[in-house]
Amino acid sequence: MEWPGLYNYWIAIFLMMAGLYIVIAQQNLIKKMVGLSVFQASVFILYITMGKVTGGTAPIIIPGDDVLYSNPLPHVLILTAIVVGVATLALGLAIIVRIYEAYGSIEEDDIEKEEENAR
Amino acid sequence: MVLTVFLIVKLHNLFAVVMISGIYSLLAATFFVVVDAVDVAFTEAAVGAGVSTVLMLGALSLTTRTEKTGTRKPFVPLVVVLLTGGALVYGTLDMPVYGDPNAPIHQHVAPVYLEEGIKETGVPNVVTVVLASYRSYDTMGEVTVIFTAGIAVMALLAVGAGGRRRRKDGEDKA
Repeated sequence: MEWPGLYNYWIAIFLMMAGLYIVIAQQNLIKKMVGLSVFQASVFILYITMGKVTGGTAPIIIPGDDVLYSNPLPHVLILTAIVVGVATLALGLAIIVRIYEAYGSIEEDDIEKEEENAR
Repeated sequence: MVLTVFLIVKLHNLFAVVMISGIYSLLAATFFVVVDAVDVAFTEAAVGAGVSTVLMLGALSLTTRTEKTGTRKPFVPLVVVLLTGGALVYGTLDMPVYGDPNAPIHQHVAPVYLEEGIKETGVPNVVTVVLASYRSYDTMGEVTVIFTAGIAVMALLAVGAGGRRRRKDGEDKA
């Protein structure tokens, strides 16, 4: 099995796990959102590399020529996913801003402490 | 890209974290150019590196700039992440290798779009053909998602702040 073999998947998995780690282990809510976007970008990389054909070019038809094109389908799916990702990011950040207004903090343990005190 | 991810984990200044996530998106965009996805690269550079960063900076300006240095032990999340990653790597062993023209993904509808797309629509860019012609209902649904998210953001930010803070996230979205 010669280079690059399966390394494209492994890079995507590494970035994915880094994003997951940020989401689980960090306490700061904004950092969690950054982790989510890292995770998202890794999924994009996974899909886009699957669509690549060796020796292929971007899927814009050159008339009359016999050219090898990469697969356009993952590109379309990921275009949609990027835009939806920004919509969810904006929503998450709006919720964080509301949490900050209500609790005065965007750290998870501070918010939990506040909840305990209120009870 | 790997370096930027380490920086995101390590840094405590949220402004720097947001900027580095912008750099991460830009690197992803250049990577997409390398693997022939030019349309995705445009969108990632404009939306991922541009709009997302602006949104996050807006959120930072409404909250705080620095993160409290953590007290939680990272041991359990690390184990979870390593286990999941190991399972995923094991799962890739059956996947087709990078750039293989005989992979299942290249066999089904993709050749039809590549061959028939220009005849049926007259547009040379196949990504545009699929996005705006064959799957335009998907794109319409996507617009609905963005619209809903925009309304939700405005509703969330208008409550409590008396509509004063609505402008920041609402306008960037539109």
